Amino acid sequence: MTDQVGAEPTATGRLGSRYAVRSGWQVATLVGRRAESPSAATLVLDVPGWPGHQPGQHVDLRLTAGDGYTAERSYSLASAPDGSGRIEVTVQRVVDGEVSPYLVDSFPVGSAVEVRGPVGGWFVWDPARDAGTPVLLLAGGSGLVPLMAMARARRDAGDRTPFRLICSVRTDQDQLYADEVAGLAARGDGFEARTIFTRAVSLTALRGPRRLTDSELAAWGWPPELEPRVYVCGPTGFVETVSRMLVAQGHDPSRVRTERFGPAGG
Amino acid sequence: MTEPSEVPPALTPGFHGRPRPDGVALPPGQYVEDGFPVLSAGPTPNVGAATWSLTVTTEAGASTSWTWADLMALPQETPTVDIHCVTRWSKFGTRWKGVSLDVLLADVESTADFAMVGSYGGYTTNLPVADLLGGKAWIAHTFDGKPLHPEHGGPARLLVPHLYFWKSAKWVRSLTLMPTDKPGFWERLGYHDLGDPWREQRYQGD
Repeated sequence: MTDQVGAEPTATGRLGSRYAVRSGWQVATLVGRRAESPSAATLVLDVPGWPGHQPGQHVDLRLTAGDGYTAERSYSLASAPDGSGRIEVTVQRVVDGEVSPYLVDSFPVGSAVEVRGPVGGWFVWDPARDAGTPVLLLAGGSGLVPLMAMARARRDAGDRTPFRLICSVRTDQDQLYADEVAGLAARGDGFEARTIFTRAVSLTALRGPRRLTDSELAAWGWPPELEPRVYVCGPTGFVETVSRMLVAQGHDPSRVRTERFGPAGG
Repeated sequence: MTEPSEVPPALTPGFHGRPRPDGVALPPGQYVEDGFPVLSAGPTPNVGAATWSLTVTTEAGASTSWTWADLMALPQETPTVDIHCVTRWSKFGTRWKGVSLDVLLADVESTADFAMVGSYGGYTTNLPVADLLGGKAWIAHTFDGKPLHPEHGGPARLLVPHLYFWKSAKWVRSLTLMPTDKPGFWERLGYHDLGDPWREQRYQGD
């Protein structure tokens, strides 16, 4: 392939060049960290020469220990591309994980990490290409991260593609970007959002703690006749259940894109 | 000045990682996973064994098909293999049962060097024929002594454990022989055409 480290990708019509991953690793610097929940943090990384990305893509991080041991993980990009060379990933702490507790709790601001990417070209929504067709976003837990990149890109582009977002989280403590999601829904530009809680709810809640039901999905999503683009991201149980419901409701499987994270990892 | 070193710089202060696996054959950039994560690009297709079939088509257009009963009537093998996912987990000692591609392709007339494997649900992946023959690939229908779960590709998936696991197409239904290589689903999206984990061929250009 023709990609070289540090070279800007050339704009050609080939799918392969549009999606090709830039070879090699480059050094990025952690310039900020924001707590998003008791168990998740957003890392702001400065990546000189970042080529830009499509919302929904991920990035590989490589950590190097003092003895040369390295660990690599993929994280979804949370930020919309803004041409700044600055990217954000939101990392959920995995209990007993090798990498995520370090990134969430210990990784010092100002220090370096190697990055490679962007990676992935299927689970993406790009306002420049995909605007107009209604979009349904379904997030289980931290599966919201790549979907948030799509919602942010829509906002930043001033795009008015009808978006509906359904977030499923255990408790209100586990919500990511809650204020920002509420702000997106308050803009009156065709973005709707619902959040359901599966484990615990406040005493005044109208809905008990339970998983997303078939009728809620039908009421809060788009009817299949509208032929929406559907993105489902979360733990595999969530993705399996929700994508099965979508197909049973009449959504064409080819319009349902999924991204899953396994029981371990992290 | 210090001498150039083979050891990469300690870029991430305070990061120690897990105790290093000892005497374990782990490809570069991988970690050991005890669970069996699920990765697929869309909904899990609902394919019953009663309707399942596998069709092999040659570059001349000749095709051969096997029903579920046909597959079960062929000689079965029980490989125990390590598997490596491009998302960086590796799982050791997985136990499968299935039919070797050597058996299925034995009488197929072809000089093609490449194959496109197709799945129920529309997934495709390309492989060299050389990586499908010689006891390296199976059509697997049983995992850990039980029928292969639909999430993991049941009723039957391709199993090519020496390549990254996206090559082991779930819900396999077709194998089309090709004189020249063409990219499949992930390969068109930037992933490697061969995908050898030992050479860390994750993405195009690796």
